[in-house]
Amino acid sequence: MHSADCESADRESVYGESVYGESVDGESAGCEEGPEPRGAVTLGAVAADDAPRPWQTDRIRAPHATKIVVAGGFGVGKTTFVGSVSEITPLRTEALMTAAARDVDDTRATPAKRTTTVAMDFGRLTLDADLVLYLFGTPGQKRFWFMWDDLVRGAIGAVVLADTRRLAESFPALDYFETAGLPYVVGVNHFEGADRHAPEAVREALALPPPVPVVPMDARKRITVVDTLLALVGRALDTLPE
Amino acid sequence: MTGTTTACGKPARVRPYSLTGGRPRRCRLLLVETFVAALDADGTAPGSGPGAGSRPRIPPEGRAIVDLCHRLRSVAEIAALLRMPLGAVRVLLLELAEQGRVRVFDTAHGTGRPDRALLERVQGALRRL
Repeated sequence: MHSADCESADRESVYGESVYGESVDGESAGCEEGPEPRGAVTLGAVAADDAPRPWQTDRIRAPHATKIVVAGGFGVGKTTFVGSVSEITPLRTEALMTAAARDVDDTRATPAKRTTTVAMDFGRLTLDADLVLYLFGTPGQKRFWFMWDDLVRGAIGAVVLADTRRLAESFPALDYFETAGLPYVVGVNHFEGADRHAPEAVREALALPPPVPVVPMDARKRITVVDTLLALVGRALDTLPE
Repeated sequence: MTGTTTACGKPARVRPYSLTGGRPRRCRLLLVETFVAALDADGTAPGSGPGAGSRPRIPPEGRAIVDLCHRLRSVAEIAALLRMPLGAVRVLLLELAEQGRVRVFDTAHGTGRPDRALLERVQGALRRL
């Protein structure tokens, strides 16, 4: 894998969120292998795999699996965020986007296209011998909501990553999680050259309810990513009924 | 507002799966994080026999899944490693489970929200990182 090249947030639109089969294909040169023609999948030639964890070799028991969703606009650092804490090289999974789902699309015209593929990157973190956390990075646009209904089921909650230069791109994800009643926090990713906005200014700009944590962080720094996850788990605990 | 199209827009209400006590019988829940393991029904490792097997036919994609699941895998990992769309993997997994070739494990939380005990375990573990 060339994942090292893919760490920078700038490249994320290439790595994590490209909509294959559409015009963004050209962007995916250089970093990832790019879309594989569906028929060309060589079974048995498994994508890069990591060394097994002890719990993976026990096929009688399975650890508890839990997950956190990481959402946000293009290039906001989702894949970087996931990669900063993942014990495996972030993997990419795909879902087919149907024509019906695309009717919901209000951000981009995609005329006369059949199904397209939406990519989603995820990582894994073994927290204990019997406890595994998955982190799913997912594109934030409204047209991907059809994936989220499935994704958020059973999730601890969501981290919405925001770029202060493009705060409006966070709105669809915030709307979704608010409506779904899923606990969420806002991670304000620090980009080089961007102004440092005080968390309260971001809260105001995003019209966030007071109990929703706003966490300044750097998706490249593991410590701040862990802190963001902790803020989310704390928020999830707070929202549990007594 | 919003009669919303979100099928699980309000997951907090009544969940159909909770009615079966978290043990759905036929309709297995295949979330992205659901774990799957290969089953060796007759004591031999599935896929070890070159070519012919005595059991019903299995498509190459299904065989690839079984082979991969000699190590415990999540649904998302299977899809990613085999470069197959999630939906296709789910369908194949349901078939394989029915044929007794793979075991599908229940997630700790079912479709509901994780409970306090689980959240506190996650919190404790993250703090120790």
